[in-house]
Amino acid sequence: MMGSKPELNPIVASSVRSSRHRLVARGRWAGWLYVLPALVMYALFVLWPLLTSVEYSLYSWNGIDAGRWVGLENYWSVLTDSELILPIVHSFELVFFFTVIPVCLGLVAAALIRGFSEGGFGAVARTILFLPQVAPLVAAGIAWKWAYSETGIVNQLLSAVGLGSLTRPWLADFGTALPAVGFIGAWVLLGFCTVLLLTGMSKIDPALYEAARIDGSGPIQEFRFITVPSLIGEIGVCVTVSMIAALSSFDIIYISTYGGPGRVTMVPGVLIYRLAFDERKVGLASAMAVILMILVVGCVLVVQRVMKGENS
Amino acid sequence: MNTTRRETLIGRMVLIIFMLFTLMPLVSMLSTALQPEATIPTGISWPSDPQWHNFVDAFNVANLGTLLWSSVLIILGVVPVSLLFATMAGYGLGVLRVRGGQVAFLLLLLGLTIPLESLIIPLYYQMSDLGLLNTRWALILPLIGLFMPFGVFWMRTHFQSVPADITEAASVDGANSWMAFLRIQVPLAVPALSSLAVLLFLWTWNQFLLAIVLVDDPNQRTMAGALGAFQGRYGTNIVLLCAGSLLIMAPTILVFVIFQRQFVKALLQGSVKG
Repeated sequence: MMGSKPELNPIVASSVRSSRHRLVARGRWAGWLYVLPALVMYALFVLWPLLTSVEYSLYSWNGIDAGRWVGLENYWSVLTDSELILPIVHSFELVFFFTVIPVCLGLVAAALIRGFSEGGFGAVARTILFLPQVAPLVAAGIAWKWAYSETGIVNQLLSAVGLGSLTRPWLADFGTALPAVGFIGAWVLLGFCTVLLLTGMSKIDPALYEAARIDGSGPIQEFRFITVPSLIGEIGVCVTVSMIAALSSFDIIYISTYGGPGRVTMVPGVLIYRLAFDERKVGLASAMAVILMILVVGCVLVVQRVMKGENS
Repeated sequence: MNTTRRETLIGRMVLIIFMLFTLMPLVSMLSTALQPEATIPTGISWPSDPQWHNFVDAFNVANLGTLLWSSVLIILGVVPVSLLFATMAGYGLGVLRVRGGQVAFLLLLLGLTIPLESLIIPLYYQMSDLGLLNTRWALILPLIGLFMPFGVFWMRTHFQSVPADITEAASVDGANSWMAFLRIQVPLAVPALSSLAVLLFLWTWNQFLLAIVLVDDPNQRTMAGALGAFQGRYGTNIVLLCAGSLLIMAPTILVFVIFQRQFVKALLQGSVKG
């Protein structure tokens, strides 16, 4: 039970609370002066644009002339036009690459790094795996666009190991462009997940492993029955962060494919940009923007709920 | 440790494969950047005569001196103010526990999940109305607002970890809360603040979408935004593009290696406590 601790000793708890309350009471209204600057900036440049997006989405507007009220028509267009709904489908396909791969490989990498003593090989591995997380995504896009090109390193490696028949311009091929873009996301997020899971592992009580050893279980069973269950919280964070990155991906795709070839790598983020700033369909782009936000917030809430369920 | 030598060996090999996978595109970029210009290089091939001056050329062609200065100005506009506002709000919500603070905090939490693409269209027209399009202010002001959710969240977490005795001792001494804040809380918060500063630096440097939408002139953009423009102009000159990209990446990697400990702590603890 979560809330049982204070109830055990209500008198102590309430007396602590009231002494704190007295000291703090003076600051309770004056304290808003501390909170206000942050809140004003947030309201001006996040909340206000957010509400304005909703407003724009109800108009047909080219960004210059007066807009025409169309109600929910833009939303209807997004949900019924396959050109507009497909990017949403793509972004969910990207979740597999951005989330599932980095979390699974991250668990493996973290468990392996933990086997090495602090400071040596493990530390080097951790630092290198984390590098893609600090470089600009634009640079990652450029690096991988070059790696995937016809004369790039990916094809070079395939030829070297005798798989020359598989070589192709990966980002220009209708069949491989989306997975190829997805792998860039996996590359970026693997280090983040590894390091986060590693931190979680250092908090697991070693006694659990000792007990398992005495019961005669091997490393794989330990991983399955101790490590993974103890890391539910960290896995939840990895899933949340990487899922937001997948659903709202922009930089990598803008740089590497701009949604092409055709529209096979088009995602909501790039579509919003193209609709609003290339095609001047501001209302439609705003409807997409609102739908994207609802998708992201909705998915985050679902993950949080599932993880909370797993935890208790 | 109970692991056998064979297990260690396999573990080492798997990790080396992961590292090679991570480094592969970066090494490919480096080997390409060192090829003679106007050649069509292949993936990774070490040039017989590495052309280190390609980096100098890229620096000049991309006007990197100007770009660096632009990024420095943007960072100076964003980071100190964001740190101050986030620290104040973190103190107000975490220590003073203002009335209705819960609502403010929940609103801010929502901001952690909102994708930037959902805000970019109104931000464009907002900056246009303010007459700030194509100036650095068009990046500085929204970035401060966008950093508030994480910043406040991070500082509030820090302040909640400071024992209440310290705040109370300050009140008994008759220090009013602003003095207590400046003299006692801020110095104690320096480790948390430095991690946050490193993160905000990187997020500003790497900001792309805001830069390409709100500022046309690459010389007024963030580094990532400028790199986008560089790719647009020199995309066909793969040697120069790789050299330029590496130059723009270098400072982030340098900052990461120097501040690795704070950085990882900030990024991870911040998100775990969410």
